[in-house]
Amino acid sequence: MRLRGAFVVSAVVAAILAAPSARAQEKLEIFSWWAGDEGPALQALIDKYSALYPNIQAINSTVTGGSGVNARAVLKTRMLGGDPPDSFQVHAGQELIATWVVAGRMEDLSGLFKSEGWTAKFPPGLISLLSTKSGTWSVPVNIHRSNVMWYVPARLREWGVSPPKTWDEFLATCETLKGKGVKSPLALGENWTQNHLWESVALGVLGPDDWSALWSGKLKFTDPKVVKAWETFGKVLACSNPDASGLSWQQAVDRMLKGDAAFNVMGDWAAGYMATTLKLVPGEGFGYAPSPSTSGVFMMLSDSFGLPKGAKHREAALKWLKLLGSKEGQDIFNPLKGSIAARLDSDLGKYNAYLQSAAKDWKSNKIVGSLVHGAVAPEAFGSQFGTVMEIYLAGKNAKAAASAAQAIADQVRLGR
Amino acid sequence: MRWRRHTNQIIGFLVLLPSMALVGVFVYSFIGRTLYASLTDWGQDPAQALALNPITRFIGLDNYRQLFTGVIDARFRQDLVSTVFFTAFFLAGCLLVGLLLAILIDHKPRGEGFFRGVFLFPFALSFVVTGTIWRWLLQPGGGVNQLPTMVGLPAGSFAWLTSKQQVWRFDWNALPAMLAWAAALSLAALALSALRSRRRGRAAAAAAGAVLAAGWALLAGPAAAPLPFPELHGFNLAFVGIVVAAVWQMAGYTMALYLAGLSGVPEEIREAAVVEGASEWQLYTRVILPLLAPITLSAMIVLGHISLKIFDLVFAMAGPDNAYTDVPALLMYITTFRGNQFAKGAAIGVILLLLVAVIVVPYLRSQLKEGVHE
Repeated sequence: MRLRGAFVVSAVVAAILAAPSARAQEKLEIFSWWAGDEGPALQALIDKYSALYPNIQAINSTVTGGSGVNARAVLKTRMLGGDPPDSFQVHAGQELIATWVVAGRMEDLSGLFKSEGWTAKFPPGLISLLSTKSGTWSVPVNIHRSNVMWYVPARLREWGVSPPKTWDEFLATCETLKGKGVKSPLALGENWTQNHLWESVALGVLGPDDWSALWSGKLKFTDPKVVKAWETFGKVLACSNPDASGLSWQQAVDRMLKGDAAFNVMGDWAAGYMATTLKLVPGEGFGYAPSPSTSGVFMMLSDSFGLPKGAKHREAALKWLKLLGSKEGQDIFNPLKGSIAARLDSDLGKYNAYLQSAAKDWKSNKIVGSLVHGAVAPEAFGSQFGTVMEIYLAGKNAKAAASAAQAIADQVRLGR
Repeated sequence: MRWRRHTNQIIGFLVLLPSMALVGVFVYSFIGRTLYASLTDWGQDPAQALALNPITRFIGLDNYRQLFTGVIDARFRQDLVSTVFFTAFFLAGCLLVGLLLAILIDHKPRGEGFFRGVFLFPFALSFVVTGTIWRWLLQPGGGVNQLPTMVGLPAGSFAWLTSKQQVWRFDWNALPAMLAWAAALSLAALALSALRSRRRGRAAAAAAGAVLAAGWALLAGPAAAPLPFPELHGFNLAFVGIVVAAVWQMAGYTMALYLAGLSGVPEEIREAAVVEGASEWQLYTRVILPLLAPITLSAMIVLGHISLKIFDLVFAMAGPDNAYTDVPALLMYITTFRGNQFAKGAAIGVILLLLVAVIVVPYLRSQLKEGVHE
């Protein structure tokens, strides 16, 4: 008898749980890798969506794993199996274009950009990263900056150095600091943070125009200019800690904060870590500057959402995209996520001091895309760049690394 | 009576049919499809990689040629070398530790059942759990490295999983000659043993093969360089930690196998050996171990195919991006699902399947033959 009672109870509970979904006319499945610290920002957006469209049930399909390593694999099996989610998160730029757009799996959103007036609201450098000749492919939600150098202002005053403006200055400062007993002036972490450092060095050595030419295939990796970037990278690496590959990016930031190192190059999610998790005041507890030789250039990465062909709830997905691109949607999401809005007209009062300064640069700087975070290089290149790095680290041979990078670029048809 | 036997056969066939159909579709047809995919260029053209109906071209063995001799697939070759080293150390570790534990418990110490459970317990964990625990223990600044400080010694400084040291390095270009020498040596051994058992014909054939292989290694070996430049591979010391964790997990299982074997050794044989004046050491090395040979073989088969396919333990311990602890199964995953190189990923999968088949198929055949004799 007790068992039967339990059945009745569970049947009632199931009916109650099922009721709203039975009432809802339509559904929307949102596929992302935002969980943990980033979960609340996404939830705030979904709450807003449910308030705007109460008869659409929004389903949050999250596959956890840093920067989407697992989510992308799940997405591929779903798309290949003919079961696309209604809208999915993807790094804006080539991660979307070279994987899904060229395969003819995405809908062109340039109509949406025109009807919502977004072509004037987002900076042109961003729109060109999102677009190909045949259309614009995703709605950017947030912007992070890759080329930032972090330090502790009080410590630098103590050591009597100032944040270096160029990589040459950096190397000189590095020697000065080594003389003062700082064994490894640059804090570095596990493998991908080394790639992250490389893109800041390469952008600094090449400059924004040659950096972009590299990814459009106009500049070869074997060009002496690019080889020089590897050589400079080698010198910068000599200033870093030898146990790098055992540290997460947060632990590398901690080294810098504790004074074991003077500088750290990391994307501006590090500001979120220091300001929100560690409760440090931007500008006092930690200082920031564009990584050396890159002032006036904003190397961006962006999370965006697209519309796959064959989405089961296309209308609901379009409403979702409209919310993401709106000023209100971006200002709900970004202060919680610790990033700036992709739009130029966001309400800066909602953001902290670091984000305000980043937003100022976003409006005035030249915009280029990040390699490590999927903006300028196809996945097939990005996932093999680690191999190039291993080849370089094994022999410290810039030419060998350069020719391996060119071999991969040819294999994945970079820029074609 | 004949019709009855007939219906029995039909019923037997009908009962087997569903599982035959399922295995046929979900195992063999998928193997066939993977094999076919590995012979195409699926993934080379980004426009076709993830298209709804990808158009692929048949390119024969080109993916395999690239894996073994292409400039950018050096990582695959290092992974293959790493797997061979890992398998060797993992097998040796499990067999030694497992046998030792089995002999200890076979002496029926107090609390025998308790220790049996304790030693077997790690086997019940999933590799992901084992990997996570050992990753913590093997942090360069903590866990195992701090152990010596408890007895007043300086802390260890080995970097474990993040080590970049490589030992026993060799040039990939020397591999064809090395393989030929190995073939020559094993054929020579075969010839000797055939000679001892007076099978002249077989001995002559094996000896001729040995001379042929050695001759090839001497004359053509140095010229058969697959790469235009030297490429060094070796044993990555970062694997030491992974071997330790894997042995920790699987030694209990080996112990259980050996315990079953030990209990099958008749008491009379042990007594007879003792009466003949055999020492404890002789009893084990001359009497019991030879009797356990079939157990050792099946343990090697089971452990060997686990180590060749290992994925989850390494993924949990060192992550997929640490090149120094990479294995082919991980590279297959990264190549396929991150790099979108589906054909090349399939080729790595087929190579793994062949490696496992080399171990498992002869074993299965010998087992089936035995079954027929009984």
